[in-house]
Amino acid sequence: MKNNILRLLRKNARLSVENIAEQVSSDVATVQKIISELEDENVIRGYQAVIDESKLSELQVKAIIEVHIQPQRDGGFDNIARRLANFAEVNSLYLVSGGYDLQLEVQGESLQEVAGFVSSKLATIEGVTATATHFILKKYKEAGRLFEDGAEYERLKVSP
Amino acid sequence: MNDSKFPPNTNRVAEHIVGLPKSGIRDFFELVNAMDDVISLGIGEPDFMTPWHIREASIYALENGHTSYTSNLGLLSLRKEICRYVKSNYAVEYDPVSECIVTVGVSEGLDLLLRAIINPGDEIIYHEPCYVSYAPGIQMAHGIPVVVPTYEKNDFALDPADLKKAITPKSKAILLNFPCNPTGATMPLDKLKEVAQIAIDNDILVIADEIYSELTYEGEHISIASLPGMRERTIFLHGFSKAYAMTGYRIAYACGPVDIIDAMMNIHQYSMLCAPINGQEAALEALRNGKTEMMRMKYEYRDRRNVITKRLNEMGLKCFKPVGAFYVFPNITSSGLSSNEFATRLLNEQNVAVVPGGAFGKCGEGFVRCAYAASIDNIVEAMDRIALFLKR
Repeated sequence: MKNNILRLLRKNARLSVENIAEQVSSDVATVQKIISELEDENVIRGYQAVIDESKLSELQVKAIIEVHIQPQRDGGFDNIARRLANFAEVNSLYLVSGGYDLQLEVQGESLQEVAGFVSSKLATIEGVTATATHFILKKYKEAGRLFEDGAEYERLKVSP
Repeated sequence: MNDSKFPPNTNRVAEHIVGLPKSGIRDFFELVNAMDDVISLGIGEPDFMTPWHIREASIYALENGHTSYTSNLGLLSLRKEICRYVKSNYAVEYDPVSECIVTVGVSEGLDLLLRAIINPGDEIIYHEPCYVSYAPGIQMAHGIPVVVPTYEKNDFALDPADLKKAITPKSKAILLNFPCNPTGATMPLDKLKEVAQIAIDNDILVIADEIYSELTYEGEHISIASLPGMRERTIFLHGFSKAYAMTGYRIAYACGPVDIIDAMMNIHQYSMLCAPINGQEAALEALRNGKTEMMRMKYEYRDRRNVITKRLNEMGLKCFKPVGAFYVFPNITSSGLSSNEFATRLLNEQNVAVVPGGAFGKCGEGFVRCAYAASIDNIVEAMDRIALFLKR
C-alpha cells in the first residue's frame, strides 16, 4: 500500500487523498495516515511543480557544474558537499562516479550571476580543485515529463 | 454504401454474407466518433501509447531496410521467443517450427482457425456477452454459432452445466475468452477444469482467446491449454495488442497441435502471406524487453479498476470487481432504461461514451460496457457525469 501510494504521488502529487484512497482500494483515513507518516519520516521531502520556464517571460539561467574535489581525511566528500548544498543557488547536488566527483545544478537570473557564483563562491572553497560549467540551453525532459507537445492524431473514440 | 447503381435485391453478395447479423451498434459508433469533446469509456484498446523502446526498435528495423516478406509462419526468431514466453507464463510447451504461427491480430488467427476446422454445418459453441466478431466469424466459415449465455450471478463466468446442454453430435469446438471482453469475467479454476473435462468427454476442440491474460490483477491466469489432456485439443490464441499497447501493429499468434497449425498456415499463406515484418520486429522487442513497461500499465489499469468499480456501485450501477481485462460491465436496469437508451442519452446529455451491452449479445441487454483504458482524470470526470445523469 505504501509503495502504491508513493507510485501515485510520484506521478501526480496533487491527487486528492480521496482519489488515492479509491485507487488503492482503501479509505481516506488510512491513506492520510500513511502519507503523514511518510512526511514525518522525511521519505516524502516535498512536493513541487514541474515548470517549463521557456514559456515564462522572466529569465532563468541554469547550469550543470562538474566539480572535482580533494576528499578530506575526516568527512570524505560529505563536508564539502554539505557546504556546497547550503548555497541557495544550488538546486541539486549529487556525488557521482566517473570523471569528476560532485554534480551540481545551479540557477541564477543571468549568465553573469551564475558565472559569478562559480568563480567567487564555488571555486574558492577549500578542497575544490576544478570545475566545469555547462549552461543548459534547452530542456527536453524533466521529472519524467517530456517538454515537447506531441501532435494529436486521429484515434477512435469508441471501438468494440 | 447505398449506391443506386447496385439495387439492393440482387444476389451479387453470397448468401452466407447477406445473412450475417447486422451490428446494431454501427449507428451508435458513428454517432460517437463524429462528436467532439466526448469522454470515452467506449474504447476497446489501451489508452497508452506503445512503449517507446518498442516503437524505437521498429524504427530501427525500418532504417535497416527490414521491409520484406517473412516466412509464412512469421520470423523464426519471433516464434522462438513466443514459444519461450508461452512456456514460462502459461506452462505449455510448443515447437516454434511447427506449432506456432504469427497472425495479423487474434482476429485473423481466429478466422484462420475457424476456416481450418469447420465443415459446413459444424457447430461452434461460444459464450455471450462476447466480442462482436465471434458469431459472424463462425458463419463466414460456414459454421453454426451456438451461444451459451453467461450470467451476472456467476460474475459472467461460464457455467459448465450450461455448456453441457449446448453440446450436440455436431459440436466441433468451444470458443473461450477469459479474461473476457466485454464483462471482465475470469474462470475459477474448478469451473475451467469442468469445461476441460466436457471437451475431453465429447472429443471436441477448445479455442482459447486469451488476449487479455497478462492483465490479470489478482491471482494467476491459468490457460486451459495447460490442463491435463488439453494441449492436444486446444488452440491458444494470443497477441501483443492489449498487454503491450500495440493494437495498430496487428501482431498476434496461434499455438496448437501440428495438424491444425499446418492447416491454418495453408490458408494464411494463400490469403495473407505473412504478418507485416515491422510489427513482427516490434513484437520481438516487446517480448525481449517489454516486461517493465507492461507491468507499469497493468498497475495503472488495476488502480483505475478500483476507482470505477467503487464509483459505479455507489451510484447504484451494480458490478462485480473484475479480476482481468480492462472492462467493467455494470447492470443499468435500475435506471429504467434499455442499454441502448442509456448509452445514447448519456452521450447526448453528458458527452460520455459507453457501449450498450446488447452489442455483445442478447444477454448483454440491461448492461453497458465501461472500458477503464482511459486516464484516471477522465474516469473520475465520467463517473461524476454519470452520477449527474442518473439524478435527472
